[in-house]
Amino acid sequence: MTDSARARAQILGMIRKGKASQTPDGQSPDERIDAKRRGTIPARVDKDHAALVELFVDHATALSATVSRVDDESEIPGAVADYLAGENLPATLCAAPDPALQALPWDTRPALTVRYGRSDGADEVSLTPAFAAVAETGTLMLRSGPDHPTTLNFLPDTHVVVLRESQIVGPYEEAWDRLRAAGPIPRAVNFVSGPSRTADIEQTIQLGAHGPRRLHIVLVQDGEGESDGG
Amino acid sequence: MQTTSPSFPSNARQALADPDLQQALTKMKVGFVVNRANAVAKLPEFDTLRDEGRDIKNHVLSNLDTYLERFEAKVTENGGHVHWCRTADEARRTILDICRSVDAKTVTKGKSMIGEEIGINDFLEENGVTPVETDLGEYIIQLRKEPPSHIIAPAIHVPKEKVAESFFETHDQLDADRNLDEPRALVDEARSMLRQKYLDADVGITGANFLIAETGSTVIVTNEGNGDLTQTLPKIHIVTASLEKIVPTLEDASTILRLLARSATGQEFSSYTTFSTGPRRPEDADGPEQFHVVLLDNGRSALLGTEFQDILRCIRCGACMNHCPVYGAVGGHAYGWVYPGPMGAVLTPTLIGVDQAAHLPNASTFCGKCQQVCPMHIPLPKLMRHYRERAFERGLTPGTLRAGLKMWAFFARRPRLYQFFAGLKMRALAAAGRRRGRFKSLPLAGGWTRHRDMPAPQGATFQQQWDAAGGAR
Repeated sequence: MTDSARARAQILGMIRKGKASQTPDGQSPDERIDAKRRGTIPARVDKDHAALVELFVDHATALSATVSRVDDESEIPGAVADYLAGENLPATLCAAPDPALQALPWDTRPALTVRYGRSDGADEVSLTPAFAAVAETGTLMLRSGPDHPTTLNFLPDTHVVVLRESQIVGPYEEAWDRLRAAGPIPRAVNFVSGPSRTADIEQTIQLGAHGPRRLHIVLVQDGEGESDGG
Repeated sequence: MQTTSPSFPSNARQALADPDLQQALTKMKVGFVVNRANAVAKLPEFDTLRDEGRDIKNHVLSNLDTYLERFEAKVTENGGHVHWCRTADEARRTILDICRSVDAKTVTKGKSMIGEEIGINDFLEENGVTPVETDLGEYIIQLRKEPPSHIIAPAIHVPKEKVAESFFETHDQLDADRNLDEPRALVDEARSMLRQKYLDADVGITGANFLIAETGSTVIVTNEGNGDLTQTLPKIHIVTASLEKIVPTLEDASTILRLLARSATGQEFSSYTTFSTGPRRPEDADGPEQFHVVLLDNGRSALLGTEFQDILRCIRCGACMNHCPVYGAVGGHAYGWVYPGPMGAVLTPTLIGVDQAAHLPNASTFCGKCQQVCPMHIPLPKLMRHYRERAFERGLTPGTLRAGLKMWAFFARRPRLYQFFAGLKMRALAAAGRRRGRFKSLPLAGGWTRHRDMPAPQGATFQQQWDAAGGAR
């Protein structure tokens, strides 16, 4: 028996010994895992979709993210270029090799240089899709994969995220449901709420500790909830 | 890690006389407490979620073997490895072996209390591997060669001038005349100094806030993004986690996550919450090639089924220490080991032995605030009381205290005698203290009167007043 196997047997033995003196609570672990029962969902997300979109924007901006809204995805390159110009940032992006991003009309903004791939630490600005967004706390859900390298979420100074209104859900649990429906769980699921921050020096909040200093969300209206959207 | 818990009383005296520390603690008592209260007020469901969080953890603790086996199977299925470690020593050796397998020179680290508990930094350094802490607070205390003084704000005791001092000393390749007066400049400098370290490291070590049995995922919660850089860039990601971190499902983790940041910093959600599931997939452009989970017991399994089991629900939010009058007076270092405050006063005797840490369960006024704010409803004062009893049973309590308690017990078991002498004493003290209304010193009560006056009794015992007011017996 290897050391780890011996340790495993002994630890599990100790646990079972301790368990023997407890009364079982009647829930089987397998059943519990299969049931994926939700806890209490905060009432703040008990809203129609248009209101959830507004709730997401309110929460995200309160966390120091910035949001620009466009009516159609053809306007995304313009929104990205305008944001970068407004912040005096270089018009050079490292973008996720996501087919939907690649299909955008980037040639309408010839001043923008777009490269696709992972970041090696030299990129100042990244552009990625989002998988979903959680209105409950203004949180983006990003999913790793060939179309979305994780380094883009953390290495560049400025992270620009394209989010469609239809991707916004109320609580985290709905984002999990969508993730499970989309296939096996990816290597990394990153929930991102605003830019990087720290309060480690004298409890004063500073943005941009190690991750992005700026988080900008380009929010695209894409049908769902448009009739009563605010 | 070496402990100074046995010298808690002198540690505490030094802490009380440290002006930098006192200033930091004053700030902390306002910041964390107000922010938490605001966050809780904005979530009407908070108390219901606390009950649910407690129930999830209780369920897990009574099925811990099954959940750990399920977690292990999932990690393996995803291409990762689980290493079971009974002791800190086994965990350290396991980590070193993994580092050696790729001939690692440097290791970046996300903040991990398990890393502190097993003393991984010193061990790696002794064996030729350089550990680099990347959480700003941990980086600061690593430069200062100090242990953390708070579980979520490790450098809370260090004023910005001292941080600047350490940076001038360590980053000696930079302009010696640069301005490091403000936190902004310090944060920027740490950011730029650590950037290359992330890219150069062979191994990244993080802790875990949760392990998910359903998926074999490990979860970290950070604000800086350092943990994510640590685990994404190197070839190997090692997760150090104690075994009680496990929860059944992503939904269960979500329920407890609603409590964690609010209780800790008063944020609704931390900037980054990351669920990591195995190594890089063949088609991925980045991510670690190897994924290892070092699963540490270190005495925890022995708590199952005992009166101390409840402490295994702890999610390390730090709310108990943020609200503790004793922590607020002496800070974290006085406790003398890894975990300070009320949760530390319970966990430390468990992990390093009640003989080493007998003072800690006594470092409490039993005001009950820790239990009141604990998101997992851990009855911390009750657990501390159990340790006081143990220390007494094992003869670790000082002789004078034992003699005093013995005398009190003699009278307490003889109510007539007790009431007679108590009444006598109250009348005597009332007469002696009538003029000033308080005592500046009292025989046998020097421990009290050295720091504050004792109010003079009014002449009747509680029981006499109770009877006089017609209270029921």
